[in-house]
Amino acid sequence: MRVNVTVNGRLREADDVWEGESLLYVLRERLGLPGSKNACEQGECGSCTVRLDGELVCACLVAAGQAEGREVVTVEGLAELAARRAGGSAPAGEERGEEGPPGAGLSPVQRAFVDAGAVQCGFCTPGLLVAADDLLARVPDPSDADIREALSGNLCRCTGYEKILDAVRLAAARAGETV
Amino acid sequence: MGTPRVPTGLPTDLPAGTGPARAGRAPGGIGESTLRPDGTLKVTGEFAYASDLWHEDMLWGHTLRSPHAHARIRSVDVSGALATPGVRAVLTHADLPAATRYGLEFADTPVLADGVVRYHGEPVALVAADHPETARRAAEKIAVDYEPLPVVTDEASALAPDAPVLHPGRTDGHAAHVPHPNVVHRQPVRHGDIAAARARADVIVTGDYEVGMQDQAFLGPESGLAVPAEDGGVDLYIATQWLHADLRQIAPVLGLPEEKVRMTLSGVGGAFGGREDLSMQAHACLLALRTGRPVKMVYNRFESFFGHVHRHPARLHYEHGATRDGKLTHMACRIVLDGGAYASSSPAVVGNAASLSAGPYVIDAVEAEALALYTNNPPCGAMRGFGAVQACFAYEAQMDRLAAALELDPVEFRQRNAMSQGAVLPTGQVVDSPAPVAELLRRVKAMPLPPERQWESAGGTADVRALPGGLSNTTHGEGVVRGVGYAVGIKNVGFSEGFDDYSTARVRLEVVGGQPVATVHTAMAEVGQGGVTVHAQIARTELGVTQVTLRPADTRVGSAGSTSASRQTYVTGGAVRHACEAVRERVLELGRARFGTYHPAWATAELVLEGGKVTTDGGEVLAGLAEVLEGEAVDVELEWRHRPTEPFDLVTGQGQGHVQYSFAAHRAVVEVDTELGLVKVVELACAQDVGKALNPLSVVGQIHGGTTQGLGLAVMEEIVVDPVTAKVRNPSFTDYLIPTILDTPTLPVDVLELADAHAPYGLRGVGEASTLSSTPAVVAAIRAATGLPLARVPVRPEHLTGT
Repeated sequence: MRVNVTVNGRLREADDVWEGESLLYVLRERLGLPGSKNACEQGECGSCTVRLDGELVCACLVAAGQAEGREVVTVEGLAELAARRAGGSAPAGEERGEEGPPGAGLSPVQRAFVDAGAVQCGFCTPGLLVAADDLLARVPDPSDADIREALSGNLCRCTGYEKILDAVRLAAARAGETV
Repeated sequence: MGTPRVPTGLPTDLPAGTGPARAGRAPGGIGESTLRPDGTLKVTGEFAYASDLWHEDMLWGHTLRSPHAHARIRSVDVSGALATPGVRAVLTHADLPAATRYGLEFADTPVLADGVVRYHGEPVALVAADHPETARRAAEKIAVDYEPLPVVTDEASALAPDAPVLHPGRTDGHAAHVPHPNVVHRQPVRHGDIAAARARADVIVTGDYEVGMQDQAFLGPESGLAVPAEDGGVDLYIATQWLHADLRQIAPVLGLPEEKVRMTLSGVGGAFGGREDLSMQAHACLLALRTGRPVKMVYNRFESFFGHVHRHPARLHYEHGATRDGKLTHMACRIVLDGGAYASSSPAVVGNAASLSAGPYVIDAVEAEALALYTNNPPCGAMRGFGAVQACFAYEAQMDRLAAALELDPVEFRQRNAMSQGAVLPTGQVVDSPAPVAELLRRVKAMPLPPERQWESAGGTADVRALPGGLSNTTHGEGVVRGVGYAVGIKNVGFSEGFDDYSTARVRLEVVGGQPVATVHTAMAEVGQGGVTVHAQIARTELGVTQVTLRPADTRVGSAGSTSASRQTYVTGGAVRHACEAVRERVLELGRARFGTYHPAWATAELVLEGGKVTTDGGEVLAGLAEVLEGEAVDVELEWRHRPTEPFDLVTGQGQGHVQYSFAAHRAVVEVDTELGLVKVVELACAQDVGKALNPLSVVGQIHGGTTQGLGLAVMEEIVVDPVTAKVRNPSFTDYLIPTILDTPTLPVDVLELADAHAPYGLRGVGEASTLSSTPAVVAAIRAATGLPLARVPVRPEHLTGT
């Protein structure tokens, strides 16, 4: 079958999709967007977390056909989403542009994950970023209990979560400074 | 997408956000918390993990695995699978072109089952097809006729008079000294006069302990891409812990010389020991060479539980004695590790368990024995802590029981017996670098305790998120009891027992666009630990440059050894420094030749490379690197070795077996809902000596991660193997639980830096020590809260409620 889906603001078409394929498979293997990770295929680890029409979902649990005609945001589109949210201007001034140097084009929460040491192997990072971005959009100044609750569907095996908490706190604090 | 997605090197211009140099003269050098060079790619989703690789025209490989733990294979019929549209190849043992077995320490593991399967999930056949689902369905059509055989599941069934011998006709190096062919390796350690010491004891405490089978549960499942080459060889892009050890095992299986198997490290989604052994490496290469097409294999989580070795489950019997004044007299122990169906690294795990069985304590007399069994349970091998974890759980439980018997404070009792620099281990080896065991305990004990009853909010209602059971809303504080527990441990750093544990680094210095640039090339597997960050820091410190480029890890450079045993910063870090020193010497030679006659300091002063220039140690600039190099590049590749070790004597266990030790202590604070048996770990504090923190942010990250894996073993993580059928019951993240952010408490860390004079920069390997003491500290705290003896991990609710 053919699946039409808007991914990170662009209308995309996937052909020859087998009905049993998940949205995660189509993103990774048919649309060239491997940022969303497959670590359990059961909705337990959150590594494939994306936004589907604005709602957080595990892309492994969404059949590709269910995404027909809907809007998906993946980790690859987080910076652009953050820029749109900030009113269409580029995030943090110079930090934009696909041709830019490493570090350019990061959303505030992505920047904070790098700065706080929240990334080790990084396999859980894309899902955590999508979930953390969603939290900060809803709750600009979250308590630690809020952060833990919001990220409780995302497993990380490397960090013990301490630096992930630091990163979300840092992103919230930086956003607070610029208001 | 015409070009394959394959790993590329990392530029490491000093990233924004890096602070000024704290110590040393090179910005971005050692001691600073510089940021990961791969961090940006990892947060944008662009970092290419093994499972993200893609190649034009690639096929998908799939593995058919045994549903039985022990069975004879009467016949295999692949015709149904071969007839499936989209299938390009099906391989069984009969199709193997060359060597049919491989192994980390010795080759006892079939590439594909050879007439017998010895564990649930053993690979039997391979399929390559144009869609992963096609490959999976075709594999289901392979008809295998199994004749189930009796299973060996524990020491009693392994050593019974009529026990099936799982590996008849063993020829490995341990076969001659083991008491039974179902014992992989046995290591005794004898030290002092145990009978005399026992007679001096005022109290003797004995206990039996059990550790369940823990899984590494790295998040990025096993995967790789094999691309056949025109020369008949193969290029393999792979997530592993040691490229060259894989190469040594794969090439004979393919029947190819090693130079025709070119390996490149892809992005690795965690490892923790679980990628030391081969998984799909040889399989993907075999399928690629058979089909002439690139083949990608990616395990799903279910398969991953069968696709790698686990931490050895263990049964441990300990006896300790002490005098009335709180001094240990002796320790006798027997540690039985379940190695499962194949050897993997069981012999080395046995060596660690035996040699570290006494813990970080001074004990006059020791009689220890560790052994690993062959059984039909899942194969076990390396996992963070490697044999020292199991022992630490048992000896720390014993310390608490001795302290209680002597009516002493458990920390005070440990401190009275704590080893320090100069202590002699039961192996006869002197601990010749700082061993601040008592100080680490003092530090965790001195930290302020978290406030009581934190669930109570201002309005008088309970915040259930701060209670055991959390949002399940199972208590508002009724029946909740707090407990505090302590533990400390000792882990060896580096490969032990005479292994030639070297690493190789290639470093190039050249001027590009007027700027000096260092390029560092090693085969070190970056699995998340941050070795790449540290390599760039070392190059900056040694060569005084800002820009460092890291080449992708591959087999075009010499071996870096394994990303295991807390060894990479020590050994490959040491190799990078060593190569940098050689580059610097060459640069200074060039400088002397070109400018030596213009300034006497070239001949007389101590010269350093700093800020892209050659300067005297007093800071006088002699020349810029651009002028010295004049378009030339200095390029060296060198091996580096730490101090040699030697094997342990097979009878006495005596020997200079280890390179270095790493120590950590924990204090756990738990709250237990004693009615439901639910545990909430409220805080888990750690103090660890790291010698020298080359990157403090990464060091703390390692301590956090190890601590959390120890917490998982304490209260939730276990691969449950059916004791009758030896089948794995919980191969999923639904049933094998690892700590979430709600299960993991605040983790305060106190880092000590007492230099080890024998190690580069004084550093101490940091990756594992925190994994050891975390588990016994949590269990000690649960014991303190409940008064229960709790001799087994993981502790489950039914152990606390007795239901």
